[in-house]
Amino acid sequence: MSILTFRNVSLTYPARTGKGGAGEKRVLDGINLQVASDELVAIIGRSGSGKTSLLNLAAGFLTPTAGTITVDGTPVTGPGADRAVVFQDDALYPWLDARDNIAFPLKLKGVPLAERRAKAEVLLARVGLADAGDRHIWELSGGMRQRVGIARALAAEPRFLLLDEPLGALDALTRTRMQDFLLRIKAESGAGAVLITHSIEEALLLGTRVVVLSPNPGRLTAEIEAGFNAEILNGASVADVKASPIFKRMHAGLTGLIHAGEEELAA
Amino acid sequence: MTLLSELDALAGETNDTAPARAARPLPIAVISALTIGVIIGLWALASAYALVSPVFLPSPRQVVIALYNLVVKGFVDATLAEHVGASLYRIFGALIASILIGIPAGLAIGTSRVGRGILDPIVEFLRPLPPLAYLPLIIIWVGIGEASKITVIALSMLPSIILSTSAGVRAVSKDHVNAARSLGASKAQVLREVVLPSAVPSILTGIRIALGAGWTTLVAAELVAATSGIGFMIQSAAQFLVTDIVIAGIIVIALIAIVLEYVARLIERRLVPWASHR
Ligand SMILES: Nc1ncnc2c1ncn2[C@@H]1O[C@H](COP(=O)(O)OP(=O)(O)O)[C@@H](O)[C@H]1O
Ligand SMILES: [Mg+2]
Repeated sequence: MSILTFRNVSLTYPARTGKGGAGEKRVLDGINLQVASDELVAIIGRSGSGKTSLLNLAAGFLTPTAGTITVDGTPVTGPGADRAVVFQDDALYPWLDARDNIAFPLKLKGVPLAERRAKAEVLLARVGLADAGDRHIWELSGGMRQRVGIARALAAEPRFLLLDEPLGALDALTRTRMQDFLLRIKAESGAGAVLITHSIEEALLLGTRVVVLSPNPGRLTAEIEAGFNAEILNGASVADVKASPIFKRMHAGLTGLIHAGEEELAA
Repeated sequence: MTLLSELDALAGETNDTAPARAARPLPIAVISALTIGVIIGLWALASAYALVSPVFLPSPRQVVIALYNLVVKGFVDATLAEHVGASLYRIFGALIASILIGIPAGLAIGTSRVGRGILDPIVEFLRPLPPLAYLPLIIIWVGIGEASKITVIALSMLPSIILSTSAGVRAVSKDHVNAARSLGASKAQVLREVVLPSAVPSILTGIRIALGAGWTTLVAAELVAATSGIGFMIQSAAQFLVTDIVIAGIIVIALIAIVLEYVARLIERRLVPWASHR
């Protein structure tokens, strides 16, 4: 069991220089968060509330201005294969076919070609793309690309999956299917997950916990145990879950929380 | 005559099918072919009626014969193939040299501030300079032999290869780099596995442009200082007023340039089919 910990993490972007430059901007303020490897923590918040910044800190792309981020007690000092990122715009490599994209982390580790292709083949099957290994990236649909992106992250055998709105660009039908897929693949992998989304419904369906990030500066203002994902994994239908009174109540509650700041601004 | 009958045939064809597709415009390729036909036709007429002295403007027929003689007998101690071979040897020697120097230099400019600081002024000095301006200096330094020509051609190719490499490197997607880093890539691996491959389309375009520039420089350098090569052949022919060989040589130079460009585009499409899908 691994644990990813944010302790009093703050992030301030330096003042932008040049035309249209702005002053220093405090984007995250005093973030405390723990994610264990049997969890999927969903983070919701409005655009610009600092969700991507939070994830980039966990990934090690950014360094906190204050506070510490640790994995099992070891401070995060940069990106690493123990925290694999899945991007909203897939970030697959167009010069590699689907199979070699998935095999990419294995190549970085020095795994021989035949062995890493064989492993990639297994992962392709696991994400339901057994026949698509030879395909070019641009021949894949949005949903298929995200599956490849997730398989590529899994190939790194990470302790945590960091997912930045991976389903945000998909159409509604594909998105529903991918939510189910994501839930199952995460459960099988044994990795912990941080999922950023701005769909309250998605956060509730997929998250073991849902945390709300409020903007200016970004603070975690609410946290609820969802637990619907366990029901779905145990065979409950998504439609039934969504129709349940408790789901509706939580949905309404979260909607209120997220939009709370807005009225203040308007007033 | 042939041109007129061609036009007639064309007119007849469009008339036959006119009702079905009246508004269909002439394809550009046909218009271009017609233009070339008209130019050759006017050229043939001008020389047939001796409007211009054959010394200045030999007939198309004479040029074709000169071309044939160039292939089988040659001119100034070498056949056409030998002249072309000498020229191609120089341009490909220079290409290899400029790739070996230009790609690492472009990587240095694109990835490191120090590299950029050192190399930028050199490239910016070299880029706008006409190669013939430094040819005399190169000849003083390395002599009149092959080395001087290859050096000049390579120098004329370098800027576009360096600049296209550094532009390609700088245009690498941030997400692509971050993805690799979060999947466990070291700095060197990011460079080799992500930065370099994403710069390949831009590098290939740079090489194609460099080939064009190199070909121009090559012919110019051979006009000035060479004892073989297609440029030298034209220059020698011009000294004896053998105009048909001059024109034949110009046509060969143009054809080789077109073939080089075409092959370079073909290689680009083969090697980086993904460049057009990004
Ligand atoms: N590199 C940066 N420099 C300065 N400000 C930034 C930078 N990246 C993001 N921001 C600002 O930080 C805030 C949060 O951005 P982000 O983390 O992308 O939010 P979200 O993902 O929730 O939309 C935004 O107001 C954005 O303009
Ligand atoms: Mg974002």
